[in-house]
Amino acid sequence: MPSLDVKIQDAFDEPACERNRSKDPKARKKGCSKPVIPGATAGGCAFDGAKVVLQPITDVAHLVHAPLGCEGNSWDNRGAASSGPMLWRTSFTTDLTELDVVMGHSERKLFKAVREIKEAYAPAAVFVYATCVTAMIGDDIEAVCKRAAEKFTLPVVPVNAPGFVGSKNLGNKLAGEALLDHVIGTVEPADASPYDINILGEFNLSGEFWLVRPLLDRLGIRVRACIPGDARYRDIASSHRARAAMLVCSTALINLARKMEERWQIPFFEGSFYGITATSEALRRIAELLVRNGADAEILDRTDTLIAEEEAIAWKKLEAYRPRLEGKRVLINSGGVKSWSLVHALMEIGMEIVGTSVKKSTVEDKERIKQVLKDEHHMFESIAPRELYAMLSEHEADIMLSGGRTQFTALKAKSPWLDINQERHHPYAGYDGMVELVRQIDLAIHNPVWSEVRELAPWEFNPAAEEQLPSTHTQIETASVAPLKTRRHDAGDFAEC
Amino acid sequence: MVHIHPQTKSAAVNPLKSSQPVGAALAFLGVEGAIPLFHGSQGCTSFALVLCVRHFKETVPLQTTAMDELATVLGGPDHLEEAILNLKKRADPRLIGICTTALTETRSEDFARQIADIKMLRNEELAGTEIVLANTPDFDGALEEGWAKAVTAVIQQITRGGQQARRSKKATMIERITNPGERPGKRKKVAILPGWHLTVADIEHLREMVESFGLKPVILPDVSGSLDGTVPDRWMPTTYGGTSIADIQELGATVQCIGVGEHMRRPAELLEKLTGVPYVLFQSLTGLKNVDRFVSLLSEISGVPAPAKIHRCRAQLQDALLDGHFHFAGKKIAIAAEPDQLYQFATFFVGLGAEIISAVATTGASEILEKVPAEAIQIGDLGDFEDRAGDADLLVTHSHGRQAAERLGIPLLRVGFPVFDRLGSQHKLTVLYRGTRDLIFEAANIFQANQRTPSPETLDALRKRRNAG
Repeated sequence: MPSLDVKIQDAFDEPACERNRSKDPKARKKGCSKPVIPGATAGGCAFDGAKVVLQPITDVAHLVHAPLGCEGNSWDNRGAASSGPMLWRTSFTTDLTELDVVMGHSERKLFKAVREIKEAYAPAAVFVYATCVTAMIGDDIEAVCKRAAEKFTLPVVPVNAPGFVGSKNLGNKLAGEALLDHVIGTVEPADASPYDINILGEFNLSGEFWLVRPLLDRLGIRVRACIPGDARYRDIASSHRARAAMLVCSTALINLARKMEERWQIPFFEGSFYGITATSEALRRIAELLVRNGADAEILDRTDTLIAEEEAIAWKKLEAYRPRLEGKRVLINSGGVKSWSLVHALMEIGMEIVGTSVKKSTVEDKERIKQVLKDEHHMFESIAPRELYAMLSEHEADIMLSGGRTQFTALKAKSPWLDINQERHHPYAGYDGMVELVRQIDLAIHNPVWSEVRELAPWEFNPAAEEQLPSTHTQIETASVAPLKTRRHDAGDFAEC
Repeated sequence: MVHIHPQTKSAAVNPLKSSQPVGAALAFLGVEGAIPLFHGSQGCTSFALVLCVRHFKETVPLQTTAMDELATVLGGPDHLEEAILNLKKRADPRLIGICTTALTETRSEDFARQIADIKMLRNEELAGTEIVLANTPDFDGALEEGWAKAVTAVIQQITRGGQQARRSKKATMIERITNPGERPGKRKKVAILPGWHLTVADIEHLREMVESFGLKPVILPDVSGSLDGTVPDRWMPTTYGGTSIADIQELGATVQCIGVGEHMRRPAELLEKLTGVPYVLFQSLTGLKNVDRFVSLLSEISGVPAPAKIHRCRAQLQDALLDGHFHFAGKKIAIAAEPDQLYQFATFFVGLGAEIISAVATTGASEILEKVPAEAIQIGDLGDFEDRAGDADLLVTHSHGRQAAERLGIPLLRVGFPVFDRLGSQHKLTVLYRGTRDLIFEAANIFQANQRTPSPETLDALRKRRNAG
């Protein structure tokens, strides 16, 4: 078993990552996580990232080996949906006390915790997460997991991504490594077929993968494993027998996709189910890869027919929104969705994109966005809350699409806002999902509250007050022209998948 | 006599606790122009931030020293210094409240010494910013302890001791002579140290009541200014309300300190030691008798009888007790909470004729647990809670109790922190006459909404006996 350091180096050296390929070897060795700046950092740690990726596996008990903070402050906060087992929503932690830490009881406590969980919940497997404190005091979770697995005849999987080793993104990748080392390939399926695929990096938020699955069903394509959304342990353990894979959130699990291709010859492509063209393209690529790997070529025609039907329906539904949304300005501020595909669909119905983050977009995507946006200044890596507030309170956009982290920046600026990240309550994937997204944008922009909350109180409307207003604006403008460098630093983290 | 059962499991199931640094951060958020700074890895802050934002539905300033692997091995003073200087440069806060975490406390460095060094070496750069340290490892205590430690640290490090307080009185006298029209020193000041479990609405209501006696309350921490869900007219990188640093410095000029919740005893004691201001502790301000005591105290301090408005509130509560008690009598209640909140709600329900069939507390250290009107208290988690609450008519805990409520099919009254799946938790009154009245209505309405309609089968005694046999 390679050490954690080796794993981290390995995660940074990702030949399938375009951005990584464009670096010289020296820069590549430094890895892709930006340095964290004390007092000016947002975003989660590696443990957070690892748990985000693995927790949606529904029949597994996720046991966090840590003092209370790591799990106690963060459980039950994501909107992945399960079609069956609910065990994943139960929170397990060793809740280490001072005594455990000082007396060195923690490894024993972990072992006993696995036994308690096995006896009370009979999970398909237990995933054990290392954290800062348990890594620092030298707990050997791999050894404990190995022993527990033997003793309790149960898969016990160590996830070695303590918070301090790096960012959330690194944690995503280390989670993929844990699956490769301990889970994938441990079960041989009895029913492998040439129409089996894996979907990697799909989280089934608000159940949105269920908008896509029926399309695949209609084509006779079986999802062997969707990792991690609504996954069962056995699905993942036997996912090495799929014939093709689609990588949805590339920054999270690209290492997993590439290594599955190397080890088990499962070809993969990067795609997205956000947007109409993106969904069609994804279906086509899935069919193509399957045909290349032994499926009957007739599936290609069937796919095209399905796409034509579904696209026609979706565009027709979207057209209904054109009169209400034409000319409205959208600011997209999220790394979680492939912004290109969204940009395309929204522009198609006449909306204007006044800005989009490209933090997680590929080089190719950026090129495409650049072409349609005309003004490439509308692309940004990330944006500081202060600057964002200024933009929105000046009404430079009619709506912002982003994640919960910037929700209240938008609302305090009295600007319409829609959640397109992990806590959202509506499914946006596939054709119907795109229609739902546009419907939600329409509802948000045209809500009657906006005219009410922006109005001054009647007694505030006097010449004196009007004179004061410009001075507040100057203040905001001064703030927003802070040097680019510092702006980058305190930018929020929009890295959600 | 309450039996307190310590936790014996190895795996905590569905934690009840939020960790100690979160409690400290909440307290720092009640100081004007503050930024809490977690000394730990970036995840410690990120989790706490998301939790606070989900609860308050507000932008919450919270920062991290971003300890990485190297700093964890070699020690964190450089990260601490850099974070403090960065915050000062970017946001110029009046207060940086440092909350240590399990990560940095396991290394157990001398943080107080490090901060003293930073203050000394960066004296000029840091002018105008107070830096306060609370030692709050996640592996000990919970919200209550964290909150109390932060308030204690704020008083310890900012409040001027006895002599200075007297000098400031002198300053008031001079001011009174030079500005005879203003007469600012006329109103007697009262220090109020609320526990973490008081909501924004509670604090606003407390303030109004104290003011109605012609007294001037100085409330520390005061989340009613900073986390009360208003819309400021410009971008604020720090808290935009709360207790001012000047008021904290001048706490010694108050005539009486009132603590709310057993966990506020330590900060109240410290204030007394430091400035000679005597304290009175209210373990709960919910329930008629407790509020009567509070009103009498204010009356005594001010020399003014309770205003008519308060009489009216009391009469309304009496009426609510009369109307409500039917619904509470004999009801079985299960509560999981921090010790002081457990006491507050357990006494409330028992006071209306209900029975506490299951009580779970986050930690066992608080003396208030001895006074909780229940047979036994389990120190534990929501897993323990769910196991013991099957026969209850009502569950009382924070939003994480929702899974248990669903599985058991028992309604849930959401109280405490975090409440992320209901709006307006900070505007819910839980103290004084009016808060007690509102709680009676809220709980009684839940009971009424979940009443079982009678049917011949359920009432047939013979049939029941047959089935039992």
